[in-house]
Amino acid sequence: MSRRRNSARRAGQGTGIGVGLATLYLSLLVLLPLGAVAWKAQSGGLAHAWGQVTAPQPWAALKMTLAVSVVVTLINVITGTLIAWVLVRDDFAGKRAVELLIDLPFALPTIVAGLVLLSLYGPTSPLHVDIAFTRLAIGLALLFVTLPFVVRTVQPVLMELDRDMESAAALLGASGLAVVRRVVLPNLLPAMLTGAGLAFGRAIGEFGSVSLLSGNLPFHTEVSAVNIYNQIQSDNPVGAAAQSTMLLAIAAVVLLALGLYRRRASRG
Amino acid sequence: MVSIEVPAVAAQKTPIRGKYLLRVVALGYLALLLLLPMALLCYRAFGHGLGALWSSFTTSEARSAVVVTLIVAGCAVALNTVFGVGAAILLVRRSFPGRRILDVLVDIPQAVSPIVVGLALILVYGKFGIVGGWLERHGIQLIFSLPGIVLATAFVSLPLVVRAVAPVLAELGDEQEQAARTLGASAWHTFRRVTLPSIRDALVYGVVLALARSLGEYGAVTVVSGRVVGKTLTMTLLIDDRLQNFDQQAAYSMAVLLALLAVGALLISRRLQSRARRLV
Amino acid sequence: MVAMPRTVVALVLASTAVVATACSSSTASSAGGGDVTLNLVAYSTPAPAYAKLIAAFQKTAAGEHVKFTQSYGASGDQSNAVANGQAADVVEFSLETDMTKLVKKNLVADDWNAGQYHGFVTDSVVVFVVRKGNPKDIKDWPDLVKSGIKVLTPNPFSSGSARWNILGAYGAAKKAGDSDQQAGDYLTSLFKNVPVQDASGAKALTDFTSGTGDVLISYENEAIYAQQKKQSVDYVVPNDTLLIENPIAVTTTTKHPQQAEAFLDFLYSKAGQQIFADTGYRPVVQGVTPKTGAFPTPSGLFTIGDLGGWHAATTKFFDPTNGVLTKIEKSLGVSTTK
Repeated sequence: MSRRRNSARRAGQGTGIGVGLATLYLSLLVLLPLGAVAWKAQSGGLAHAWGQVTAPQPWAALKMTLAVSVVVTLINVITGTLIAWVLVRDDFAGKRAVELLIDLPFALPTIVAGLVLLSLYGPTSPLHVDIAFTRLAIGLALLFVTLPFVVRTVQPVLMELDRDMESAAALLGASGLAVVRRVVLPNLLPAMLTGAGLAFGRAIGEFGSVSLLSGNLPFHTEVSAVNIYNQIQSDNPVGAAAQSTMLLAIAAVVLLALGLYRRRASRG
Repeated sequence: MVSIEVPAVAAQKTPIRGKYLLRVVALGYLALLLLLPMALLCYRAFGHGLGALWSSFTTSEARSAVVVTLIVAGCAVALNTVFGVGAAILLVRRSFPGRRILDVLVDIPQAVSPIVVGLALILVYGKFGIVGGWLERHGIQLIFSLPGIVLATAFVSLPLVVRAVAPVLAELGDEQEQAARTLGASAWHTFRRVTLPSIRDALVYGVVLALARSLGEYGAVTVVSGRVVGKTLTMTLLIDDRLQNFDQQAAYSMAVLLALLAVGALLISRRLQSRARRLV
Repeated sequence: MVAMPRTVVALVLASTAVVATACSSSTASSAGGGDVTLNLVAYSTPAPAYAKLIAAFQKTAAGEHVKFTQSYGASGDQSNAVANGQAADVVEFSLETDMTKLVKKNLVADDWNAGQYHGFVTDSVVVFVVRKGNPKDIKDWPDLVKSGIKVLTPNPFSSGSARWNILGAYGAAKKAGDSDQQAGDYLTSLFKNVPVQDASGAKALTDFTSGTGDVLISYENEAIYAQQKKQSVDYVVPNDTLLIENPIAVTTTTKHPQQAEAFLDFLYSKAGQQIFADTGYRPVVQGVTPKTGAFPTPSGLFTIGDLGGWHAATTKFFDPTNGVLTKIEKSLGVSTTK
């Protein structure tokens, strides 16, 4: 998060109109549509909506999606922190190119991501590695699209970290590993959690790359987003809306929980 | 919430042993996940020569897909730029009831699955939707037409300009603006002559990011587009279409084009971001 | 480079103007000077056929001033889009239930299938697409359940193509003398051999030609299309197989019924049917043979009517809670390990 200079905020000229317009734009584009999803979900009654979410195929998709997303998020926390560390504390030829490419999953279309992963790790792989249409493939696609999140939240914190603490700990006899564990990681934890939350939110909703790579096998490699898409196309908007609301709620809860934990972690 | 940071400081060497191990593991991971796939993409796209690549861009479908995508991205980014600058100023410089709520709302699009975006827009703006039904009776169609795709694209790229501009606005402080106001400048004048130039780099950086995101949207567009060739078939949808028609060359060509645009956008935005931060 | 406010405002106004023109031109179906635009919304595979058909139609007197917008995608997706408001004058789908969906919404007239050809403009049959030379020697339905054979078929809950495939498999088993239970068991064994179920028939075909699987259950016209696109595949027409009938209709919302009907008449004409036949579709009109030679007639050809019609079949097999396929998919999801 950036430092804020103490500039007093005031309700200045035009604030009212500005807030009104901003609220209007947000409402028309984001709030009303998302509200409509929640509304549609319960339009047949809450019991029916729950039934749509817990029907065999959607439920299996949801469980699988959550499971893979959790694993992918955990991997990202480790690799993301590791990569951030290497980018900040290390120097090597081509580092600037690597810096740039880390952000590529942000800007690359998801269908292109799916296509490139399929060509390298699918049936036509030049490396003769074929994991297409497996759960591993889902994990792979999700790792790709969530790559930048933890790296980019940890990196600025790592850069600003006060090296004196680490030096002091080292002077007092702590081993390198202990310094990392006791001094560095606790400071990085809030940032890691933020990145993890963002990565998780992205992972559970991913569609383009997974749909190309996973084979969408019902009860096996079908993720929630694909199932929702099928529901939309099978003329079951209530089912689609119910599942969508479920995904939104899960994302909200996770982000809230991480936010609360982060606030406690930074206070302690 | 998230700002993409640039290490403006020179790399700090780590005294921990095993530095090379860390480097190898990190770079190896990136190679397998990122670099190798992208290299293969280039190989498959350019593998049959520049002639084959070029001819897949000059088909009428490809050309119209590019035009459609540019129009859509342009509109969506224009909308989000106006909103982005306005919202950034409101969030950073002004106080009003619900400011924190606005702060949270701006980030919502990042947590929504693209398929849900499409569904949400259809429910409201589709023929049988609340707003859509009314519009339909007056002869205006949004979903399955170009405006629907613009809406979907605007949704997913909403936070990008705000989150690029707001931190820079915050760090700059409003002393200059206060000074201008004291000297008698109107709010609009202050905005035009003082605020806007100071956030110029951050603004363009946000616009470039939003543009890159908008060019590449696929999931939401899949749901709301009617895939009418020449009218609502975007570049990403064309890739899908070409794959299904065994036109691998065309699919890879379009994919590599989008990838190059993404890399270009990242290059520009990096430069701008480091410049914006250096001014602070 | 500087985004000055005036420029920003101008940009917004300009883009609004562009959007308005684009939006109005995509909803209006007539340009100036007597030209009429028909919106064709169809499933994915006949796209190359329509490219030729439209060009040929525009050379006739009836089609001289008719322009077309074309949209192709998975049959269910397209039907759903039209149901949700996508502008369409002529619609063609892969299976009848996608058409009846629109009839229920009054977007297609009740009597769409009252004509001579019952609303079907082309036919095809369920076939096995195999690698060139048929290395695994797939000849008939029982070969598909042999151990080690990998079968591709799309997800029946999102693809019309998959439903034809499954009903073809079931019907063939029944024809071979199986009871309902045994035919159901055959389907279960078949699905044990299915490693991936794509969302659409077209995607399944792409996956197959990319190297996945030993055999793809698909339509004859898709197999022919793949061969015409120089993919190294062959196809086998089993003796007992299902007749696929593709429905077409003019919508009730068309602003140009006369021209739309004229286009349909062209599609049913010898000239139109010849183009279909040359692209791999079985004509519905007598006396039309493709350039490459007549289509083989399977000895045990049966129709959806023999299986009780689409409505009954959909309920029996594809009901999301009690369908035969739902149960099979669920049981496989639990027991398969990968």
